[in-house]
Amino acid sequence: MQFIFSEDQLALQETVRDFLAGECPPERIRALWESESGRSAELWGKLAELGIPGLLVPEDRGGMGQSEIDAVLIHEEIGRAGLAEPLVSTAAVAAPLLAELGDAERAGPWLERIAGGEAIVAVGNEASPIVADAHVARLLLLSHGDEVHAVDPADVESVAQPATDPAQKLFRIGWKPRESTCIAAGKRGRALQAAALDRGALACAAQLLGVGDQLLAMASSYAVARKQFGKPIGSFQAVKHQLATVKVQIEYARPMVHRAAWSVAEAIPGRSVHVSMAKLAAAEAAAQAARTALQVHGAIGYTWEQDLHIWMRRAWSLGNAWGTISFHRDRVTDAVLAPDARLGPGTTF
Amino acid sequence: MDLRYTPEQEAFRREARAWLERNVPKQPLHSFDTKQGFEEHREWEKKLHAGGFAMVPWPVEYGGRGADLLEWLVFEEEYYRAEAPGRVNQNGIFLLGPTLMEYGTPAQKARYLPKMASSDEVWAQGWSEPNAGSDMAAIQATAIREGDHYRIRGQKTWASRGAFAHWMFGLFRTDPESKRHQGLSFILVPLDLPGVLVRPIRKLNGKAAFAEVFFDGARVPAENLLGPEGDGWGVAMSTAGFERGLMLRSPARFQSTAEKLVALYRENAERCDASLRRRVVECWIAAEAYTLETYRTVSRLLAGGRIGAEASLNKIFWSELDLRMHEAALEILGWRGELLPEAELATGVGAWLDGYYFALAGPIYAGTNEIQRNVIAERLLGLPR
Repeated sequence: MQFIFSEDQLALQETVRDFLAGECPPERIRALWESESGRSAELWGKLAELGIPGLLVPEDRGGMGQSEIDAVLIHEEIGRAGLAEPLVSTAAVAAPLLAELGDAERAGPWLERIAGGEAIVAVGNEASPIVADAHVARLLLLSHGDEVHAVDPADVESVAQPATDPAQKLFRIGWKPRESTCIAAGKRGRALQAAALDRGALACAAQLLGVGDQLLAMASSYAVARKQFGKPIGSFQAVKHQLATVKVQIEYARPMVHRAAWSVAEAIPGRSVHVSMAKLAAAEAAAQAARTALQVHGAIGYTWEQDLHIWMRRAWSLGNAWGTISFHRDRVTDAVLAPDARLGPGTTF
Repeated sequence: MDLRYTPEQEAFRREARAWLERNVPKQPLHSFDTKQGFEEHREWEKKLHAGGFAMVPWPVEYGGRGADLLEWLVFEEEYYRAEAPGRVNQNGIFLLGPTLMEYGTPAQKARYLPKMASSDEVWAQGWSEPNAGSDMAAIQATAIREGDHYRIRGQKTWASRGAFAHWMFGLFRTDPESKRHQGLSFILVPLDLPGVLVRPIRKLNGKAAFAEVFFDGARVPAENLLGPEGDGWGVAMSTAGFERGLMLRSPARFQSTAEKLVALYRENAERCDASLRRRVVECWIAAEAYTLETYRTVSRLLAGGRIGAEASLNKIFWSELDLRMHEAALEILGWRGELLPEAELATGVGAWLDGYYFALAGPIYAGTNEIQRNVIAERLLGLPR
């Protein structure tokens, strides 16, 4: 029993943090909002040089061969940076899904392409009809009943669905399932879909922790700098206590996210419930952080030019992606109230 | 990261489980806030001590078994799973014990720890005074050195089980000219000395185990000073702080309450609305979160890490969770919720009302949650005082 990360894992997290702080400042995020695709091939290439899209791709297929335990810290950094590039779908979901398929099942050259930064993969899931980043994807992984299909984006109709976060590129996909695109069906299809949902929700949960951390950091430094009544507003308990409450909420969501990463990486039987607890807690913590950070900033936080809303919108958007709060709460509720549920002291691990 | 118990930890769990199954009293003891219950609980502590389970993380020479904090968490899980009695000497074994380990002289450790582990001596704590609550540095009680003794004057209050306890540990001003955090000393005081008057106070549950203690020139031997004279504040706030919090309120306690809450909901589900179901599930999740965070923190400590102001996060989380769980339970009980167990119609009310009284104290004792939020804001978020 050892609930800590290794030196290597923490070192990689720090590397990614420094990299994103340099490459992805708020000005860059705002510039991407104004660009046509909202995505940067140049930035994606640099992320690939660091190995991030191929984090979960096996080493013999050109990837980093890491596990969800390594990846969870990287996704925290992606959230902290406010980076909306399609790393949840490509790195966290598509890569391990394709790695589980044999080549005969058309994993084909996609793993190498993901690791090399040449392919973005968009993935649909059963929790919503929305597919993110279909416009830049070279491969779509879509569900139809118990089937999983690998679909060429050229063969589908994509209808953009503008959303609150200018960085979030969402689409409704019009497509017809064909026998030739089906890569898994029946029990296997269902298992792949369930694994995809767990992995997508886990990565979002980790990003939400980073988003919450960043919102809290911004609000705290603003509360130190901003003076009213002749002193920093952060010296008032009404402000302190709100921020402290958010800190408590984030720090108790964090171990749930880290445990969920372990459970997915080790294929623990309760992993879906662990992921749902993590996603629920992280989404609520980030939403509370957004709400509180705005209140602490006051009117300036309500403006478009203040950077706060970059992360507020990430909190809202990631909160909905890969299962809403309500969706995940229902999954936990079903598990806790099941007649054979194992609850109580000594049942956590 | 490896979230599996080792074979040794599993073996220890089985050993503790087997012993507790054989030895935990079949009938619940009387409340340790009554004299009868207090003595029943001391008897239980003696049995626990004889079985070698009184203080598993303590060194063997002081009545423990030299376990690490992970094994302590495992033991606590089994203890609450077995519904074993509350720890009547918790102020001693959980709060003073770790401080004695860190600051006590070899003679002090040998003198106090074994009798603490066996509950031959039960301890009360003496922090609060009538004018020093959240502002603990406003302590006025004095301990003035006279040769090989301290002469103690002043008043301490809100001492849990102080009405029955044998000893009190607390902070006293050894330098009468000193201000605030300076000049305080950590002193161990027998409560049967001449010049010590213990006056019971009835608390919200109606029982008079709470006490205020008046010192009118009581003479305490100088060797009862723990740590350096004048640095009592430092001793009280020492790095053992997290360990004390962990021991006093280990996660198993809240997991056990959450499990009972889910069971209560299931028995009464047809009378509960969807919002109540949601609250119950959220409480269960929070108890899991507290458990996970505790394992994470203990892992960091065992790997050589240190815990400081983070302890304030814990205090807020468990105390507010405990309240939410009891509020939900009383709401599920509906009109039965206000009935005392002896009421004719009080079927299935369990101990929820009593638990609720106790949970109401959680955000107040061990530093109010307002003080904890100040600590988080100032020391973890960097906000100005």
